[in-house]
Amino acid sequence: MPEIYNGLQKTPGLPRNREGLPELSAGQQNYLHSRKKHRRIVRASRAAILLAFLFLWEFTANTGIIDSFIFSSPSRIFLCFWEMVKDKSIFLHLWSTLYETIASFLLTTAVSILAAVLLWCSSKLSEILDPYLVVLNSLPKSALAPLLIVWLGATQTTIIVAGMSVAIFGSILNLYTSFVGVDPEKIKLIYTLRGNQWHALTKVVLPSSIPAIISNMKVNIGLCLVGVVIGEFLAARSGLGYLIIYSSQVFKMDWLLMSIVLLCIMAMFLYALINILEHIYMKRLS
Amino acid sequence: MEPILELKNINYAYHNLEGETKALTDISFSVFPGEFVAIVGPSGCGKSTLLSIICGLIGPEKGLIKLNGKYLRDSTTNIGYMLQHDHLFEWRTVYHNVLLGLEIQHMLSARAKGHAHELLDLYGLKQFEHAKPSELSGGMRQRAALIRTLVLDPDILLLDEPFSALDYQTRLSVCNDIGKILRDAHKTAILVTHDLSEAVSLADRVIILSPRPASIAKEVAVSFELEEDTPMCRRNAPEFKHYFNLIWKELDTHA
Repeated sequence: MPEIYNGLQKTPGLPRNREGLPELSAGQQNYLHSRKKHRRIVRASRAAILLAFLFLWEFTANTGIIDSFIFSSPSRIFLCFWEMVKDKSIFLHLWSTLYETIASFLLTTAVSILAAVLLWCSSKLSEILDPYLVVLNSLPKSALAPLLIVWLGATQTTIIVAGMSVAIFGSILNLYTSFVGVDPEKIKLIYTLRGNQWHALTKVVLPSSIPAIISNMKVNIGLCLVGVVIGEFLAARSGLGYLIIYSSQVFKMDWLLMSIVLLCIMAMFLYALINILEHIYMKRLS
Repeated sequence: MEPILELKNINYAYHNLEGETKALTDISFSVFPGEFVAIVGPSGCGKSTLLSIICGLIGPEKGLIKLNGKYLRDSTTNIGYMLQHDHLFEWRTVYHNVLLGLEIQHMLSARAKGHAHELLDLYGLKQFEHAKPSELSGGMRQRAALIRTLVLDPDILLLDEPFSALDYQTRLSVCNDIGKILRDAHKTAILVTHDLSEAVSLADRVIILSPRPASIAKEVAVSFELEEDTPMCRRNAPEFKHYFNLIWKELDTHA
């Protein structure tokens, strides 16, 4: 890929300014300026919405327009968070949920890639298993959680399996679809070079499916978090899901809302991790 | 001289639930070492199927294929196959694309790598070795695909409409390049095409297939009295029109 500066290709023929970058025409500068302005407006508006929401919440709670016992308020949520940071209890809950989510995500990704490869290897197997996968995929996974508790006990394993159960069937189906969507002519090329199915898999199918695998991971990380929280509702003694259920039972709305905010932040953080992974891959490719 | 490739009474049909479609009936011909044979025929007549059978990708329903006197499955003769599209992998550099066949056949020796470098240099791609395929022009991509095949040192080269995906101008020059490359290397080649001028400008012999189910309608030996026998020179020679018309009429009577 040619190097790109400020949206303009680094072409050798153009006149350069002092930094050695090509001098920009007035039209290009105008364009870049308007893009920058656009980005600033988007960013500022996003921040403004958040701040306005927090302010309105805090204000209405403090003036008694809404009942702060039920709706809590940003300051109470923060204070509650700070208390739990001081007695260090929050870290246990954060760590539990994070650990369970990452464990179930990694297992889901590994198992679903393996299963999709197996299905790709044998079209007969995939035809046989297709209806089962479709049924399991459309089954509401929260229905499985009580069953898992009976089978596996109220342990962390149960929660990790609950997280996996939400993501795995859809993940297998998605990956399989992308594997069989690989250009058959590219696979024919491998066979003309005297390759076998293993070569077709490792030289064509897997490398060309990496973008699909990454976008599948983005979906999985969110779904695993959903599954883990469902699992924690039912079978945990720590974790944000446990905190949510416990605080609703003892009517501590500060805790409950804080847990939800922390879940939002955790989801954002996990999603960002995969984005970084994607970024590294794209960089290596170009 | 012993033929390098012998086809005897090849038959092939496609099957689906609606019924069977006969693609090839009683195809027999031989190819001699160093010969360049073109197979022409109306589109969809089964030309590509024939190449897939020769390459061993699919088995014929009836008939025999011998390579250097041995049956296809016992043969050690190396067959190179060039597809219509270059299929260079975007996640590999041009150099690593060229090595693909060597990797698959576990022949990645220092000598083979050196050979790959030599070929890239010889065919004007040296400075693009570490480029991504998307940075190459259509003609350069097709040359890289040819090198990927040639680096395996095939005894026979099968070309399945290798120029049809290129625009007309590139097509003429790539056809010229590749024609010269193959002549200079004395490669035995079988070209499948529906472009008659391509067939006449490249081949020593043109085999004309009838519409489906394809059988051999006629064979035309092509020879030019030229000092420099390149596809470009052939196109300008007086005999070119003669051969072109001869083959065109033969195809026309069957259509």
